[in-house]
Amino acid sequence: MSDLSNHPTATGAAAALGGSANHFYLTHEHHPENGTLLGFWLYLMSDCLIFAVLFACYGVLGRSYAAGPGGAELFDLKLVALNTGLLLMSSITYGFAMIEMQRRRKGSVLMWLFITGLFGAGFLGVELYEFAHLLHEGAGPQRSAFLSSFFTLVGTHGLHVTFGMVWLITLMVQVSKYGLIQANRRRLMCLSMFWHFLDVVWIGVFTFVYLMGVLP
Amino acid sequence: MSAHDNNHEHHAHGHHGDHGEHGDEHGDGGMHATFRGYMTGFILSIILTAIPFALVMGKVIESSSTTAIVILGLGAVQIVVHMIYFLHMDAKSEGGWNMLALIFTSVLVVITLAGSLWVMFHMNANMMPHMNAHEARIAP
Repeated sequence: MSDLSNHPTATGAAAALGGSANHFYLTHEHHPENGTLLGFWLYLMSDCLIFAVLFACYGVLGRSYAAGPGGAELFDLKLVALNTGLLLMSSITYGFAMIEMQRRRKGSVLMWLFITGLFGAGFLGVELYEFAHLLHEGAGPQRSAFLSSFFTLVGTHGLHVTFGMVWLITLMVQVSKYGLIQANRRRLMCLSMFWHFLDVVWIGVFTFVYLMGVLP
Repeated sequence: MSAHDNNHEHHAHGHHGDHGEHGDEHGDGGMHATFRGYMTGFILSIILTAIPFALVMGKVIESSSTTAIVILGLGAVQIVVHMIYFLHMDAKSEGGWNMLALIFTSVLVVITLAGSLWVMFHMNANMMPHMNAHEARIAP
């Protein structure tokens, strides 16, 4: 009885094995469905290495004041807190734009992108004001190794935000012209990763540079 | 074993069929933003940003090194929060390649940061100009 009931299953399994024994590769290759997002993520990781090197540079040189002013005298933490808030707000408004994109609402996507742009512009404005203030006090990048590494690190981040703004405006024009087509959705997702990544780098900047810089 | 494999393949086919039906959804693969997720991340970020600023601006902890360790720890937690809730990182996105690249990069970042700080700190400690040749020779 058990022999009889086992037999069909055994032959079935053998047939299945025989069927798949002819080819030794997967007939349906499983590659990521959207290679662009993975490629862009790899770019972000390489960008992450640039920032890691700049952070290491600041970590080594951050206390070499050359008898000049140090972080405690130069940094205005209220301004930094404002900047952090602006960047965090721009992150969440970009998130809202992504949610509206999933719902295919072109108008509100454009509105949230515009608000994100405003917060980004506010961030850049405050940072430029801070830099101008430092330069005015004679604490430019040529003053000491600390200030050189500070301007390089924070300036590189600011440059990234600037290019993010250029990209944001370009995408707003694209979306308003061609709508939420698949290409534009892919571009919006890439910019989403870029924008949130810049916020992640800023966490390192305000913790490692500003907050630890003013500690005695 | 083979029955299991067959099952799996059927499942995969079904999935593909689903995707084919809504061709429009195809481009959004791997990313499903939710309002709830973003708000969770946002509120956690605000808390994790406010604490270090309060600690430093209010001079809550006497010792600088303790404060530094606490705010670095909070910063690390906030980076993880951003990765999960804003960058939608999980072990499955892009078939696991995103996570692999992230782990590899994290290893490189840790080596770069820890290595630079360690080596340069020792050079500072052992090659300061106030040392004479004899002291430099016996320094650890």
